[in-house]
Amino acid sequence: MTRLNKTEKIQQSRRNFLIGTLRTGLVMAFAPAMTAYSSESAATSLNKKRFSPTVWFEIDQSGSILINISRAEMGQHVGTAIARIVADELGADWDNVSIKHVDTDPKWGYMVTGGSWSVWQSYLPMSQAGAAGRTVLIEAAAKLLQVQASDCKTQDSHVVCGDKSISFADIISQGSIDRTFSAEELALFTPKDPKTRQLIAKPSNALDVPAKTTGTAKYGLDVEIPGMVYARPLIPPTRYGSRVLKVNDTKATKVKGYLGYEILQDPSNILQGWVSVLADTYFGAIQAAQAMNVEYQAGETANVSEQDLIDEGEKLVADKTSGGRFVDHGDIDKASAEAKKSIDSTYKTSSVLHFALEPVNAAVEFKDGICHVHTGNQWQSLFLPVVAKSVGLTDDKVIIHQYYLGGGFGRRLAGDYMIPAALTAKAIGKPVKLVFTREDDSRFDCIRSPSVQHFAAYWDGDNALQGIDHAAAAGWPTLTMAPGFMPDSVDKKTKVDSFSISGADHWYSLNNHRVRAINNTLAQKTFVPGWLRAVGPGWIAWGVESFMDEVAHAQNVDPVDFRMKLLDAKGKNSGSEPVAVGGAKRLSHVLNETKIKSDWGKTLPKNEGLGVAIAAGQERTMPTWSACVAHVRVNPKTGEVKVLKLTSVMDCGTVVHPDGALAQTEGAMLWGLSLALHEGTAIKDGQVADTNLNSYTPLRMADVPELDISFVENTEAPTGLGEPGLIAVAPAIGNAIYNAVGARMRDLPITPKAVKALI
Amino acid sequence: MITFTLNGKKMSTDAPKDTPLLWIIRDEFGLKGTKFGCGIAMCGACTVHLNGSPVRSCSLPISALDGGKITTIEGLGNKHPLQKAWVEHQVPQCGYCQSGQIMQATALLATNANPSDAEIVNHMNGNLCRCMSYKRIKEAIKQVSSASASVVEIYDPKRESILEGNNQQGVV
Repeated sequence: MTRLNKTEKIQQSRRNFLIGTLRTGLVMAFAPAMTAYSSESAATSLNKKRFSPTVWFEIDQSGSILINISRAEMGQHVGTAIARIVADELGADWDNVSIKHVDTDPKWGYMVTGGSWSVWQSYLPMSQAGAAGRTVLIEAAAKLLQVQASDCKTQDSHVVCGDKSISFADIISQGSIDRTFSAEELALFTPKDPKTRQLIAKPSNALDVPAKTTGTAKYGLDVEIPGMVYARPLIPPTRYGSRVLKVNDTKATKVKGYLGYEILQDPSNILQGWVSVLADTYFGAIQAAQAMNVEYQAGETANVSEQDLIDEGEKLVADKTSGGRFVDHGDIDKASAEAKKSIDSTYKTSSVLHFALEPVNAAVEFKDGICHVHTGNQWQSLFLPVVAKSVGLTDDKVIIHQYYLGGGFGRRLAGDYMIPAALTAKAIGKPVKLVFTREDDSRFDCIRSPSVQHFAAYWDGDNALQGIDHAAAAGWPTLTMAPGFMPDSVDKKTKVDSFSISGADHWYSLNNHRVRAINNTLAQKTFVPGWLRAVGPGWIAWGVESFMDEVAHAQNVDPVDFRMKLLDAKGKNSGSEPVAVGGAKRLSHVLNETKIKSDWGKTLPKNEGLGVAIAAGQERTMPTWSACVAHVRVNPKTGEVKVLKLTSVMDCGTVVHPDGALAQTEGAMLWGLSLALHEGTAIKDGQVADTNLNSYTPLRMADVPELDISFVENTEAPTGLGEPGLIAVAPAIGNAIYNAVGARMRDLPITPKAVKALI
Repeated sequence: MITFTLNGKKMSTDAPKDTPLLWIIRDEFGLKGTKFGCGIAMCGACTVHLNGSPVRSCSLPISALDGGKITTIEGLGNKHPLQKAWVEHQVPQCGYCQSGQIMQATALLATNANPSDAEIVNHMNGNLCRCMSYKRIKEAIKQVSSASASVVEIYDPKRESILEGNNQQGVV
């Protein structure tokens, strides 16, 4: 992926790894390979603070180990997983380990938490940093114990040599450590032999959990700055092109604590037609905002409806010249022209909200020429420059201080909500905490775009499947928010948003396969399309895996057997080092395991059915292999669907933090179920129609089915888990409904009305 | 002026009487554990106890307190068996809803020490967890409800919570 390559380049810029004793303890840090001080020792450099080192971790004289985490914590316990990678290599006692989430100082490198990339990207560099730390501790201990370093090992925060041992704390108190590893030397460390691991893949509790059971975990909403006032924004009628014509705050002046309003002028152009309303309490700001009378000139999308967007999508997928080619294998036009049999189908998904439970918010203070933003965010490096532009400062004058995220799910990859807070604080010259109400949050959400996909399958005269033609149209998140990260289409004629088409490049071997990724320009103009948990594969797979079932049934072949046959792991599907080792073989393996676990083929009561789907999210370059079987019961009178059980087997390579992996997969699969049956909104008059829980209805406890989730145990490189569990659930449910009552569902969410109409 | 008891301490506020209790707890008295989610009493992130019963503080005007006893997540003092079970089962993901989930669940066990699965679901169904940690929430409640006699207490409606008496936690 383009975004990844860019990220890696930034993070792998030439840096030395310094390990040195400071007064307080042992510090392990990256530093730029600066020529001016290149002859200086690590300890001298660190002590003299010639630069601001990137301290990855430190051990103090009592043996406490602090590991700095640059990834956002939003429920995935990412700090725990990363810390365990370091601590395992180091040979640390886990009870001595703590973590800290850092701010946006550029030294931390490119900051983004998304794509289920965190563990996958951190595994090697963090292993190497830990191994370097272990090496110097062993060298120092060998001198103190008067033994050979090669005879020593580390465990439980001790260096052990036969019957002699010394604690990390004692080594640091007694010894002086001063060592620099060049980037090349650091790269020579390979992760530990899995057999000698002490922490990775072993059970553990997450470090962030206790604070989340006592109310002490601090989120963006909990920030207080001395002297701050509260603000609530007024969301304009359209995302683009709105203008404030007149503001009348006569009624608002009667609200206790009302402090006035600001019409926001945003040089970054993210906000168009915004007003923020100020008060000395947040309730005051809510009430004053309700009492404001603002006249707008709305933008051109003020009348756009969900149906308009779907119509546009249907028009686009039908136009063979639209979009960019994402897959172009064989000659699908020839297969189509020579076909003796064909089927085609259109799959759609509706607009979906993130609905992170903590409404977006930010507290901003200007102090000594620096704009301090306090918030929870997933992609600080993307929006820090936007905030800077908004308030007229250079990037180095903006710091984003990170807090726990009350839900990310991709919503907080966009940092647009920091801007009204920053502009308001700048305008009034006081610290401001700007909080969106739930309704504001929904109206300003970067929703998952409605989508339309068209599929056609072609068979030759021998009833052999010759190929599939696929086109997918939607609003593209990356086009609006990070266009530089869009790769070329395969024919180099245009750019495509891989985050809006990944998953279409599946691991089935087809003679002919074409995929077109198409931007729905009307969607793009109407709202900011967002990355929502599982992103492209989250809706692409709804079409791909439902249509695969249609193809299997058209051939009268069992859907599992049909998939197995296409997962031959040949050619481009044979996989590659390091993360896709085994390729489609691993996918057919999880499919077979899931088949066995779900007792596929068993006899079920009337109106019940099993359905299967597979996925390899999030990308071909980072596949987490998964299969899901859904067991559903359909009420033929009402069309209501009850999911009784979801069975899934996942292969994400090494499972670094097993319970965290299970929790993420439980959550992701229930998200998949929620998006399949419970969630969906519509664009109405240019904005989302459902803004709160009275009409937007995510899954609740009563709808939770039995979950049977397991992970393949292997020692391959770890991939990601935050999202992949979601992908196969909706198509598995759709396919189960077909097997239960013969209704082929093609639209998400699946409504009782739609099911009933098809029975 | 409105007066009430907050985690065992007498408090008073001059805020407008229609102010929801949530903002008083959070921004006037600085107890940030109670969260703002939907503002219409449908997500449960703001759940606290009023005289021992769970209420949605985002929609409860302070005028309705009438000298009542409020208990927040801080008032449990990290001593409630459910909090321990929450850690054992590694329930929280993002954690934002969990204060509300725990307050809702403690109210259930205070009146029904051994709830059935259906009773747990009925009681907890109004509390949204966007990370969908529902399975673990249910398991943690079941563990506490079946494990320990220490929480099987006779319901006394005059008591504000099962922790009354050993709650030394003041307002921070």
